[in-house]
Parts: sequence; C-alpha cells; structure tokens
Amino acid sequence: MHGRADSRADATRQQVRLRGRSYVAYVFAPVVPIVEWLAEIDATLASSPGFFVGKPVVLDLSGVDLSQGAIAHLVTSLEQRNIRVLGIEGVAADRLTSSMPPMLTGGRPCVITRTDTQPKRETKPKSTSLLLDSPVRSGQSIIFPDGDVTVLGSVGSGAEIVAGGSIHIYGTLRGRAMAGVNGNSSARIYCQKIEAELLAIDGYYQTAEEIDASLRNRPAQAWLEGGVMKITPLN
Amino acid sequence: MAKVLVVTSGKGGVGKTTSTAALGAALAHSGESVVVVDFDVGLRNLDLVMGAERRVVFDLINVVQGVAKLPQALIRDKRLESLWLLPASQTRDKDALTEEGVGKVIGELREKFDWVLCDSPAGIERGATLAMRYADEAVIVTNPEVSSVRDSDRIIGMLDSKTVKAEKGERVEKHVLITRYDPARAARGEMLGIDDILEILATPLIGIIPESQDVLRASNVGSPVTLNDASSAPARAYFDAMRRLKGEEVEMTVPAVRKGFMNRLLGRRAA
Repeated sequence: MHGRADSRADATRQQVRLRGRSYVAYVFAPVVPIVEWLAEIDATLASSPGFFVGKPVVLDLSGVDLSQGAIAHLVTSLEQRNIRVLGIEGVAADRLTSSMPPMLTGGRPCVITRTDTQPKRETKPKSTSLLLDSPVRSGQSIIFPDGDVTVLGSVGSGAEIVAGGSIHIYGTLRGRAMAGVNGNSSARIYCQKIEAELLAIDGYYQTAEEIDASLRNRPAQAWLEGGVMKITPLN
Repeated sequence: MAKVLVVTSGKGGVGKTTSTAALGAALAHSGESVVVVDFDVGLRNLDLVMGAERRVVFDLINVVQGVAKLPQALIRDKRLESLWLLPASQTRDKDALTEEGVGKVIGELREKFDWVLCDSPAGIERGATLAMRYADEAVIVTNPEVSSVRDSDRIIGMLDSKTVKAEKGERVEKHVLITRYDPARAARGEMLGIDDILEILATPLIGIIPESQDVLRASNVGSPVTLNDASSAPARAYFDAMRRLKGEEVEMTVPAVRKGFMNRLLGRRAA
C-alpha cells in the first residue's frame, strides 16, 4: 500500500470562494484473483479491526482489468467490510456508473505518517529516578526498579527502600536499603547517618550486626568490590 | 468549625485512653464542647476512665448500624456540662464498623461539637484505620522506648496515606505526645531521650506527660486525670498540651527529677 495526496484547487468566481485542501488517502491496488486479495484485507482487519475506519480509501484499478459489474461487486465487498471507497482511479470513465464513487486523477504518492490521523500519544521517557521529600515511615516499602531513589528525610526502622539503581538518603537510615536489585553491582547506598537494619547491593547484604559499630551515626556509603560489600565513612 | 482529632499510637498500653480522657476533659474545662468517641470495639475502656460505665445503654456500633440514634447513645459527663462520651460496644468486634457508617456518625458529631476526640484501638487494623479515617488532626501517643517509637512511626505513615485528608492531597496535622516519661530513668540514660524521639518521628511535640501514680489513681476512681487533681504534674502537662492543641504558645518544660529537701541537703555528700 502506498499513500497519495490528492488536491484540486479552483478559484473561478469571486462570489463563491473555493478553497483547496489535500488529504492523505490509503490507496488499495487490487490484484487478480480479487477473492484472494480480499482475503488479505480480511487478514489485516482480523489483526487490527477498525484499522480503516474513518480513513479515506481510494481504489487504484490500473493493475487489473475489471468489468463494470466486477467493479461494482468489489466496491460492495469493501463496503461490507466497513471500508468506504472515496474514489476510483486508473480506470476508464465509462466503466463507472453514477452510483459508484467518483473518478480521481492527479494523485501523488506520499508517505503515510500516522501522527496526523491518530491522536498523539504521550511517550515521555520513563523516569530513571525517584525523589521522596518526606520521611519514609516504619512499615512503608518503596520499590523503584527503574533507577535511583533519593530520600529527603530519614528512613525509619522497619521501612525499606528497594531500588534498581543507587539509594541516596539525606537523613538517618534506620531501616533496610536494597540497591541494584536488577543485577546492578555498581549501585551504591549513601546516607547521612547510618543506623541501618540491613544494606544490600545486587543481592550481597550485611545486617546491622555485621556493620562496623564505629561507622554508626556517621555519614557513610556502601558499595560492592568483587562480591564484597564495603562500607566507608563519607567524610 | 469542628475538629476531629484521633488519639492513636500503634502500640498498646502507652496511654491513648488516658490521654483521650484527659485532653477531652481539659478542652471541655476550657469551655469547648467535646465528645470523646471510643473506637476500641470489643475492648472498651474509655467509659471506665470517664466513670460512665454504669450509664452505657447504646454504643457506637448501634449508631453505625442504625439501631439507635446518635443522641440516644451520647452520655453526658456528670462533672462537665460540655463533655460527652460515645462509648464502644464490648460485645462486638471491630468488623462491625463500616467506613460509611463511621463517616456518617463523625459527620453528625461535627455538627454538634467543637471537638471530636477519637480514642483509637491499638494495632493497625480496621479499628485503628477507621478511627483515623476522618481525622483533621492526630495526637500520636508515644512512650520513651524504641518499640513504641517505631510503632508510632508506622502510624504516622498511615496518617499520611490512609486518611480521607491524605487521599485528597491534604495533610493531617500531627502532634507527638510523650507519656510515661520518667525523669529519674531519663537522667540515668535508661530511656530514649526527647530529642531522639522527635528526631526519629520528625513530628512536632505537643506535650510531655510524666510517669505518675496520679494517672492510675484517677482512672481507678473513674475520672480523667485533669479533673481528678488538676494540680498534679500529669494534669498540668495535659492542660499545657490542650492549650497547644488550641494553638496557644506554651513553653515546653521537660519534667526534671524533684529532689526532696533532705536529699538536697545530703545530696552532695552522698555523691
């Protein structure tokens, strides 16, 4: 299928102002045998019903030699599939009757851009960070597999943060922080005060008991080095 | 404009009911019309602390289910004209409460009173969530110990997410009330400090109630501590908290160890 623009602009008289406007139409170029070609249309419709609904369709018959009756039958067959033919081209004028769609000439091929026929869909790029501007309370679970999590406040005992990327806590981390959950071993955990119950990066974890007591209450970061979790003070 | 205030904590036994009764009585004493509502269906206590247990006919469940009208269930306090109690049912459980039913009762109470104080049950289940559901403000009762503070943190999280106000994108105004504060144990470092509690909860403080035998004595005679002995240390602390609730600026005093005369005389030599 290829598209064609059709435009005709006439401005003959002053009183009646005629304006030109061009539309993009789908062009159907049937091939023999017509029955098989119709089956192909049916297949398209089966996979996406309503694909042609409300869209202008033009029949290009230059590739086939059809009688008046065959053209009439073809137009009816398309109508039965809810495809209304706007015009016919590539055929001698005497083959068409007055009840058939009008003849068109002068069409130019063009690329069909679907943006002008369908409402624009907002395709914002997925956010790769999550910002929380209040404390995370005990019992709350923040799960963000798409990237970093930043918390402006503390993470309470019994709360947990799960992030695909790194975790930044501008407050005291008293709960659990699990970074790099999707296998990101370069993710890190930063916090202003470490009193964590558990730290984990890419599945490697340390519980409160294993965290060096001298680090407690200090700004710290945790990262992975060859499958071993390192925790160091941040200043 | 009526204010609906939930007294909650998560943990049990920290003093929710005592605080509800004490704050309710203090508010009524200051001229406000107050109703205290017991949401602890099945384990009601507020009627005892208020000294109204022998006058309960209908209860919150009856009103929620339409068996009784609200005025039939309300019990007026014998000491204060403007203090009322809506008791809980002792024979039912919390599943008898419905969100719509509670909403309707709270709506009716809003029209009749200046303050609606909801005494929440412990826990985070239906009873507790429905008690906080329609609250404008919350008093989170916390003891100076880690388990109570962590449970309070959890409750604050729920106040920020599960209340009607929170769902509308507004904020429930929250206050921390520290109860059973023992100055002697605090001095010995056996309790969580006030600063530590506030740092963990990141919520403003409305009062510090000292641990006192006066509280037990008052509830034994069925009286809110603020009515039983208004000059006692816990009563004065509750009155201060009440004034802060009403928006007054009252200086916060941390209860300190009171040394006896002889102790003060001999203290130096002993140390």
